[in-house]
Amino acid sequence: MGLPVSQILLVTGFLLILIGFWGIFAHRNILRIVIGFSLIDTGIHIVMVATGYVTGGTAPIIDAALEKAHAAANAVDPVPSALVVTAIVIGFSVTAIMLSFAIRLYDAKKTLDIDAFTESKW
Amino acid sequence: MKRSFAILAVIMFGVIFFGLITGYIERQTISPLAEYYLTQVPRELGAPNVVTGILITYRGFDTLGEVAVLFMVAASVGVLLKSKTGQDAPSAGGREPSELVRTGAEVILPLIFLFGAYVIMNGHLSAGGGFQGGAVVASGVMLLMLASPASQLHHGFLSVTESLAGVIYVSIGVLGIVFAGGFLDSHILPLGKFGTFLSAGAIPLVSALLGIKVGAELSVVIDRFRS
Repeated sequence: MGLPVSQILLVTGFLLILIGFWGIFAHRNILRIVIGFSLIDTGIHIVMVATGYVTGGTAPIIDAALEKAHAAANAVDPVPSALVVTAIVIGFSVTAIMLSFAIRLYDAKKTLDIDAFTESKW
Repeated sequence: MKRSFAILAVIMFGVIFFGLITGYIERQTISPLAEYYLTQVPRELGAPNVVTGILITYRGFDTLGEVAVLFMVAASVGVLLKSKTGQDAPSAGGREPSELVRTGAEVILPLIFLFGAYVIMNGHLSAGGGFQGGAVVASGVMLLMLASPASQLHHGFLSVTESLAGVIYVSIGVLGIVFAGGFLDSHILPLGKFGTFLSAGAIPLVSALLGIKVGAELSVVIDRFRS
């Protein structure tokens, strides 16, 4: 049987989150920091979907593989999936706003190095 | 020095996550809420896809808010990137797209748009829905921009389309108050035969409106980054 499905998903998601944290902490380029945020986002989505998995469950869509009468017994939890659809859209929005701020910052200083932006440091 | 702090922080997060992973026990049963959704969505809404039923009817207000967030993002990206549109021509410098990209786009672009429309309209029957299909359509628009950088999106048409879709979406919600159980209730249209294309009340209609709106908004956001 090997590893349980949710375990594999959790490991993948948390690894992506760690890579994203590394991208934010260790790099000084704003674009790399934005990429780190996106990786954390994706990792959290995978972790959320993993928590909805029920052993042996199938997708919550009623068809030949899942009868209406047994839906509650054989399907995975649909609530995390519905939440993640929302979260993906919000993640896209945040990334778009961050990238447009990066463009404006580049216009102001002609560099994307975050150490050049010292005005808001205290 | 900074780097060692970064390594330390990542390692500490790693320890926390390792504890979470090893302590996690895979669920054997679903929660009562999920059980309610899994039995009520096919029975009451007539939609085979439970996730779409949750998104469009039970959490319809949430979805409306999400569309509002997307609208605000399109607007604020426009504000943030606006002031430099005057000075530079769209294709100043840069390489021409290769023949591979141009020819490939001609072949594959209609298929991408068709697939997007299919995903939008089959959201209540199978995996898919307005958001997913809209994203597929927007990715097609992105390919179009890569293949022919000179092409212009008609912003006026797109904003009229998405505003119209939004107005109709809210009107359907208000009709739900008048004719059915509440705001965005999908029972204003007959449920139809379970599993057929025209079924599940207003869900396919709302899904199509969402797809149009999301596709138009994402295309505008992508287009703003081009200049």
